[in-house]
Amino acid sequence: MRGRALLCDLCGVPSRSLRLKAFCIFVCIAATAVTQAQVTFERLLNSSKEPQNWLTYSGDYSGRRFSPLDQININNARALTAKWVYQTGATGKLETTPLVADGILYATAQDDRAFALDGRTGRPIWLYQHQLPGDIRPCCGRVNRGLAILGDKVFLGTLDAHLIALDTKTGNVIWDVVAAEYQKGYSFTVAPLAVKNLVVIGVSGGEYGVRGFIDAYDASTGARKWRFYTVPGPGEPGHETWEGDSWKIGGAPAWNTGTYDAATNQIFWPTGNPSPSNRGEGRAGDNLYSNSLVALNADTGKMNWYFQFTKHDEHDWDATQVPVMIDSGGKHLIAQANRNGFFYVLDRASGKLISANAYGKITWSDAKDAEGRPVANKEASPTREGHTVCPGALGTTNFMAPAFNPQTALFYVTARDQCDIFSTAPQPYEAGHAYYGSAYFPSDEAEPYRGFLKAIDPATGAVKWKFEHTSPTWSGVLSTAGGLVFTGDAEGNFIALEAATGKALWHFQMGGAVYAAPIAFAVDGKEYVAVAAGSAVYAFGLP
Amino acid sequence: MASICAGLLLLTTTTAACAADDRNPYAGDPKAAKAGEYEFRINCALCHGLGAHGGGRGPDLTRAQKRHVHSDAEMFQVISNGIPGTVMPANGTNGQGVGMTDEEIWQIVTYIRSVEVKSPAKPVGSATHGKELFFGDANCSLCHMVEGKGGRVGPELTAVGGSRTREAIIDSVRNPSRRLAWGLTESTKEFAQEYETITVVTADGKEIKGVALNEDSFSVQMMDSNEQIYLLEKDKLRSFKKSRESMMPVYKPDVLSDKDLDDIVAYLISAGAK
Repeated sequence: MRGRALLCDLCGVPSRSLRLKAFCIFVCIAATAVTQAQVTFERLLNSSKEPQNWLTYSGDYSGRRFSPLDQININNARALTAKWVYQTGATGKLETTPLVADGILYATAQDDRAFALDGRTGRPIWLYQHQLPGDIRPCCGRVNRGLAILGDKVFLGTLDAHLIALDTKTGNVIWDVVAAEYQKGYSFTVAPLAVKNLVVIGVSGGEYGVRGFIDAYDASTGARKWRFYTVPGPGEPGHETWEGDSWKIGGAPAWNTGTYDAATNQIFWPTGNPSPSNRGEGRAGDNLYSNSLVALNADTGKMNWYFQFTKHDEHDWDATQVPVMIDSGGKHLIAQANRNGFFYVLDRASGKLISANAYGKITWSDAKDAEGRPVANKEASPTREGHTVCPGALGTTNFMAPAFNPQTALFYVTARDQCDIFSTAPQPYEAGHAYYGSAYFPSDEAEPYRGFLKAIDPATGAVKWKFEHTSPTWSGVLSTAGGLVFTGDAEGNFIALEAATGKALWHFQMGGAVYAAPIAFAVDGKEYVAVAAGSAVYAFGLP
Repeated sequence: MASICAGLLLLTTTTAACAADDRNPYAGDPKAAKAGEYEFRINCALCHGLGAHGGGRGPDLTRAQKRHVHSDAEMFQVISNGIPGTVMPANGTNGQGVGMTDEEIWQIVTYIRSVEVKSPAKPVGSATHGKELFFGDANCSLCHMVEGKGGRVGPELTAVGGSRTREAIIDSVRNPSRRLAWGLTESTKEFAQEYETITVVTADGKEIKGVALNEDSFSVQMMDSNEQIYLLEKDKLRSFKKSRESMMPVYKPDVLSDKDLDDIVAYLISAGAK
């Protein structure tokens, strides 16, 4: 690197030698390309200055999934057309959010595939597939939600609980570390988050009775720098919220990507259900820090504050939705559309609850505590025979990424109205075996499921508009400065809507259901919108 | 599987049992049946109901006669690999919940065997008369096909007698809209057709009523009672209405007596048993 730079400096000196000139051009172009590929922490911090790129899971550290690009906008969206399709060769659900850095798109597919594509054409540059053991048993599909990028590496969390650093140019493995025993149900499905020189990642396995954690690794070496256990051990604050030894298999995984606030050097990371998910007996107490948002010091992993959305959860309502930083009227807030059906707004510095409003059909809570937190009705607990509670086990929303558009000041989230019959049964814990203590069924008393894209005003919690899908979708949402919202549906459509009103402006039938969230990027001055659907990644643009 | 075979070898001293990996290592073991019940609740009950008595989508598994399964080994294969062309998914592929180990699948097989009702229900009704009614006065075949004969607007019924209980079939005739009202569950999404009733008015004022073949937010594919298929774009329609009130008429006892219905069910069960 430095050597090449020196050569380039030398090349700046006028020379009569044509050969030297040709050599200089070659070396300096190569050097420029290397410089372009380096995604520094400063670039991640200032990602809004390079809207052509999509450098983190949510587009920037705030979690807003908002693109400042406006070439594609409400006036021309009807002309959008498919630009390329990349077939991954994988089957199952594609939940990946691609990253784009300097014209190259990096994404993942089932069974821990990772690949780099030419952003203009979709042509692959490299492919990588991690060799998984035959006996992994990931919950909920052999999925991956995407990569993190820092320096000359992208980072992949795998279904056998490895964190792997791949070279951005070749896909070569630079380092590969094991975070936990996959045999006990630990896995990674989340897109990691790169902060400073750290790669932060949360574990999956809430269906197996894991003990959840959030880890940070040195991006250069793979050495673990800190671990935050989401279930506190003996002697730690919060340990008293677990009955007996239940903390050892308490769950509280951390399987969706958090956000980072540089002003306070805090990482905000959401956590999932206590284990077993639908049986509270045997784990009496609030079960901290399950179903919470935790604010961690980025350098040390020490917790500054936490907020628990659902205490002692018995309905599998992971709070693993992306927390979104919103600044409004001089207030520094963090908002989450929670799986339990409430939209929460917290103060970012203290974690104090500011508001909680239902944004979908709920029956589990009729009251709030002194802080304003919705509390569960006694009758909401699952029974042996089962009874109906709304939302159902899949929640009002789930992992699908939301978006916040600072121009409309609206928060966009994929939501469903669905009620389930929750039943419970004792189930012995066995390492590496499913551990739910429950079953749930669609309720025949309730209406058929309905799915929506909802636009919420964070200031009031009011739903300003909603777009009803034919059926509930698992697609995430993107919003852009072009006044648009993009989302997908279970029937395979990719849809552009007017961000202010929810009016559908354009759609394209991709032939496969959407479980991923869209992004926007630009190459050579042309804007693209990309999304994974079916077994492929699609990119759309103007003619 | 290898470890199960090793265990069997030690216990039985016969190698034949292991050659095909087809013996249930837990057959008749009540502890395994209990463990299988947990697994069944988590993995199977969504469609097959608590207690395996059948749910909104899945057949009653307490029937000793099963359409796709006779031996334990076949049941193991069906749970592992699913049934192509049906909504029965392969183990671990429905995208929700955790897949099962071989051991857990054998436990489920053991559980299902433990709840089976061994003596088949006494045959009720005359299949011969039921067939006459089905293709004659009861008008079933105007909309339903059995063994390649009949209409196309309603579900094909050749296999229904082999996978649904007598009670479920009777309920579907007496209350045709009831199951339709439940809607699809996540795991059956790929099979979109559930015979919702669609009524549209086209741009030129023509009203069309029929069943949905498929639908998304922007288009609908439907069939009317003349078996005409329509491919329509929603934004070009004057009106679009969808209902979970089935197009199938409600057969009350004054229209179709209990005895005649028993005969039709007997016919469907005989067709489904083939």
